[in-house]
Amino acid sequence: MNDSFLFAVLLLAPIFGFLFNGLRFKNKNYKLAGAVASVAIGVSFICSVVLVIKLVAMPEASRAIHVHFYNWIEVAGFNANAAFVVDQISAIMILVITGVGLLIHIFSIGYMSHDDRPSKYFAYLNLFIFNMLLLVLGDNLLIMFVGWEGVGLCSYLLIGFWFTDQEKAAAGMKAFIVNRIGDAGFLLGIFFLYVQFSTIEFSSLNTLATDLAASGPLGWSHPLVLACICLFVGACGKSAQIPLYVWLPDAMAGPTPVSALIHAATMVTAGVYMIVRLSFVYMAAPQVMTIIAVVGGLTAFFAATIGMTQWDIKKILAYSTVSQLGYMFLGVGVGAFMPAMFHLMTHAFFKALMFLGSGSVIHAMGEEQDIRKMGALKKAMPITSATFTLGWLAIIGVPGFSGFFSKDEILWFTYASTQGSKWLWVVGVLGAGMTAFYMTRLMCLVFWGKSRVPEGTHPHESPASMTFPLIVLGVLSVVGGWIGIPHVISAILPGHPPNILGHWLEPALATANLITTSAVVEWSLMGISVSVVAISGYFAYTAYIVKTDIPEKCVKAFPRLHGLVLNKYLIDELYFGRIINPLIDISKGLWVYVDVNFVDKLTYIASDFVKSIGRLFGSLQNGNLQQYAMYIAIGVVVMLSFILMG
Amino acid sequence: MLSSELLHIGLNHYLGLSAVIFVIGMLTVLLRRNLIVMLMGVELMLNAVNITFVAFSSFNQNMNGQVMVFFVMAIAAAEAAVGLALAVTIFKHYKEIDISAFEQLKS
Amino acid sequence: MNLLSVITFLPILFALVVWFLPNEKHVRPVSLGLSIVHFFVSIVLLVKFDISSAGLQFVEQTPWVQSAGISYFLGVDGISIWLVILTTFLTPITILGGWTSIQKKTRGFHVSIFVLATTMIGTFLAMDAILFYVFFEASLIPMYFIIGIWGGKNKIYAATKFFIYTMLGSVFMLLSIITLMVLAEGQLGQMSSSLLDFYKLDLNFLPGQFLSTQTLLFFGFALAFAIKVPLFPFHTWLPDAHVQAPTPGSVILAGVMLKMGTYGLLRFCLPLFPEATAEWGWIFLALGVVGIIYGALVAMVQPDMKKLVAYSSVSHMGYVVMGLFTLNAHGLTGSIFQMLSHGISTGALFLLVGMIYERTHSREIKEYGGLAVVAPIFSIFFIIVTLSSIAVPMTNGFVGEYLILMGTFMVNKAYAILAVTGVVLGACYMLWMVKKVFFGPPGKLIKDFQGKNLDLNKTEVMTLLPVVVLIFWMGLFPGHFIKYTKASVDHMINAKQGYYLKIEGRQKKVATIKYKSTRVTR
Repeated sequence: MNDSFLFAVLLLAPIFGFLFNGLRFKNKNYKLAGAVASVAIGVSFICSVVLVIKLVAMPEASRAIHVHFYNWIEVAGFNANAAFVVDQISAIMILVITGVGLLIHIFSIGYMSHDDRPSKYFAYLNLFIFNMLLLVLGDNLLIMFVGWEGVGLCSYLLIGFWFTDQEKAAAGMKAFIVNRIGDAGFLLGIFFLYVQFSTIEFSSLNTLATDLAASGPLGWSHPLVLACICLFVGACGKSAQIPLYVWLPDAMAGPTPVSALIHAATMVTAGVYMIVRLSFVYMAAPQVMTIIAVVGGLTAFFAATIGMTQWDIKKILAYSTVSQLGYMFLGVGVGAFMPAMFHLMTHAFFKALMFLGSGSVIHAMGEEQDIRKMGALKKAMPITSATFTLGWLAIIGVPGFSGFFSKDEILWFTYASTQGSKWLWVVGVLGAGMTAFYMTRLMCLVFWGKSRVPEGTHPHESPASMTFPLIVLGVLSVVGGWIGIPHVISAILPGHPPNILGHWLEPALATANLITTSAVVEWSLMGISVSVVAISGYFAYTAYIVKTDIPEKCVKAFPRLHGLVLNKYLIDELYFGRIINPLIDISKGLWVYVDVNFVDKLTYIASDFVKSIGRLFGSLQNGNLQQYAMYIAIGVVVMLSFILMG
Repeated sequence: MLSSELLHIGLNHYLGLSAVIFVIGMLTVLLRRNLIVMLMGVELMLNAVNITFVAFSSFNQNMNGQVMVFFVMAIAAAEAAVGLALAVTIFKHYKEIDISAFEQLKS
Repeated sequence: MNLLSVITFLPILFALVVWFLPNEKHVRPVSLGLSIVHFFVSIVLLVKFDISSAGLQFVEQTPWVQSAGISYFLGVDGISIWLVILTTFLTPITILGGWTSIQKKTRGFHVSIFVLATTMIGTFLAMDAILFYVFFEASLIPMYFIIGIWGGKNKIYAATKFFIYTMLGSVFMLLSIITLMVLAEGQLGQMSSSLLDFYKLDLNFLPGQFLSTQTLLFFGFALAFAIKVPLFPFHTWLPDAHVQAPTPGSVILAGVMLKMGTYGLLRFCLPLFPEATAEWGWIFLALGVVGIIYGALVAMVQPDMKKLVAYSSVSHMGYVVMGLFTLNAHGLTGSIFQMLSHGISTGALFLLVGMIYERTHSREIKEYGGLAVVAPIFSIFFIIVTLSSIAVPMTNGFVGEYLILMGTFMVNKAYAILAVTGVVLGACYMLWMVKKVFFGPPGKLIKDFQGKNLDLNKTEVMTLLPVVVLIFWMGLFPGHFIKYTKASVDHMINAKQGYYLKIEGRQKKVATIKYKSTRVTR
């Protein structure tokens, strides 16, 4: 099949679904809407698979399929083409987006069955997939930016999907505006790169940046370094990193499958993807990479601490997402581009699984999200519980499950890369321990232990359309990691399974230099992190199942610290108190004092001046006819005397 | 010689008479409040000018001046007709002929 | 007859037709039909336009006041062509916009709209400074009536302020034009008000000094146009005029009349006074940036929807001015594109606000809430237009803003970084309004209208549909629009110091006087 045709179908199938459902947005037939939307994504998925198969068949060094549709913006040497590329990196992304996307669409059919406006929901979801595909497939920064803003828009629409609730609408708005701050940074990043290199195409940028870096280290004020910082601001906005992470927890106001698709599996990873795409550019600015690593590490740590104190099942997962994204940034920051992509993929599997599982729970509990009112759901919801357990094992990094391989790879790079540091490794391991704690806590409170379900609520297992995606994702959460088994481990496994993902991505990515260490060090680091996870998980189990008074005691021991963490370090309050409210006050001041009472007043002063002159001359015109005649006479006399004397 | 020049009525006498009549007319217009009287003042001013025209016409042996006089007389007649008609209408409407009562056009 | 004259004066003919129409009931449909005919006539211009040429096309020149070298001189190039099309495109939209909202004196209203169309098109096509001035000023008259007769509560105040404010600026422009004509007499041997002759003039310029001929003339023109744009701090007439104007008046005012200011800057200030522009352009760049941020901040706290949109215009037009004074191809192209897209999206915003005002008789944002439930189609249109206004990619707003910001960045990074905050603030005020008006629980007004149909009817959907199509067309295929302006923009950048315009193709009648066309070399 023709490449452009494949691309066109891949991109336009979701648009078709969007138009189909969007134009009949009042229709309440959720089955038809869901079916059309799912088929549209299914078609995209098939196209992606075909494209990836084609890619595999190509020689390793030149694996990339380019298509060029038309010149989008073309002004005086600036070229932004509607051109797309599938290479090793975007291949993984399109598979994840359309694959996980398809599963979440199917899940949504069951989940949204009671909703008033299913057509609208599926239309937005399809539009999101389209924009996400634009983002990952674009072969220049501007097309990526189109998708980048597009996914933000869909996120806005979907978070505020139940817009009659003022808070949910506000959450959508917050997400869009915080994202916009990042987008402004992204735009500036594009400008810096364009001014430096006169191109915005990824492949050219990567080669040019490598050439530039070869000529020596770049200073802080170099356009490339500034571009990297600006683009990272964009990534912070989209991928919810400190200080722009505040929108993601609020974004949980949207329907749960949306949280799974947009705020866990795909959109929020766009920042990581962008940096991986520009890996050679970032390698030319090591100082920026250090910033990224530190921001990522801190985000991973602090989001995990907040996650330990939350009671809303979706909020816990949201902070967990922020934390896991922090790991990915830690990864790209230390030059572990391949592990970051690996973690992005496995995270997409297990976090989508957990969000969908939480959706299944919420659905079963009648829209209840407080984990204090759950417990012992294992019996009522066996499939959900079993698959959720798989996700839990994956995220805390139990050896053999997908999360273990990817997270451990990142931690290993953090320790061993020349870009990394041992302190960051410690932060990462502590974060992993906390992840194990809050996830085990979640499992204990929701699925295990005693039932605290309120009277009158009868949790039940969800329909097949919802459990099927759970099962698929559960399997993927386990086996997803097996394509990237690190060399140390595969060396002792029977048959020595190769690191498929590593080989696949190698030609497309920059690689960081590793400090040469022995396998013993690697093994012992791995041992430390696994034992931290085990201890922390065991502690959580004890605290929430065996001796349930431990959490109380801890809270009492550190009341102020707990209060601070419970209130999310008061970051939202800080932003409102220090930035947003002052800005609004300034604006009001500008309007009342500057606009109305100064700028406009000046025009009045000017006009009053003219008026008073007019009044002066107006007094001559008093209506007395004889006085007018007198003026004439005087005028004549004056004129005559001028003539006669001169 | 001096007395004969004094007795001889020349151009200057006419101009003097004209000036006097003109000033009388002008003062009438400027000072009197009665609309009718003011119109009469205007009439006087026009006729003063007529005298000047005729005097110069005779002095310069040129008929143009006298032609102008006819124009002025025609205008004066028209002016008198319209002016008096207006005055009558104003009087009918306001029961008032004092010009100082009509100052609606002030700024 | 020449095509340009036809396009310019066809609306006058239409105005006569409407005026003498026997039945007042037919006025609306007939006007709509005629304006659509006019639009298609103007499309002919687009089809016949030669995009590879930077010169003036379809030129028509006849002496008018021979002794002063004033001529009736029309011509079109890449800079003006889209503005003409924008005018003819918006005229039917405005007529539809007034379909139900204009209740009294419909005949007079449509006559005013048509006369306004003629004066606006004339402004964009005139290549003679005096003719330009005549059209530029004449456009005030119908607008004055539209605001003053069909406006809101405070209409007379707003109309007068609008008229006098704009008039004030134009006085300086007239002075400058006369000065240029006198200079032309000295340098070219014959008084002339043709722009092409003005371009040939050698204007004395002293760097760093305010009191040199070129600088003074530059500011004379720039002041007139800055008021029209309106550029901060000359913008205070705009909110008043918009709030008081009837919906169609706002649409035309924001859609086309503001562009007369930026068009003037592009046609007069930049090419006529290159040194002064280079020396003093930073003031306008800075005022543009201030306007962007200031307009956005003030818009953020407006309680009235229409006022919010009006202040957003100040912000958006700040972008346009900023783009013009970057003096590079990206900025200029972006500015021209932004003029178009602002005309379309802000026009549509005013239409939408007008449509809902007609139903609820309130524009207070806080009285709304939950409108999306009772008026879903209206909400969809409003949100699409909002997205275009806040420059989301794939809508028209993005292309212009992106190019302007990039052009500015290449000239001055600090201004660009400041202006980028406008992108964020734009999202803040528009989405804040969307949230307050459409989302949340039903507000006071919506409760009053519970059960009643607040959604759009077919006429209104038909009004908005072309706008929405254009929003996406311009966003997805900006190349279709940019290709018309490319040659002219490139020419303007390349011939910065000695700007000239060639006259393309067949000419009906060359100006009767041959000038000594030796350009005075400096």
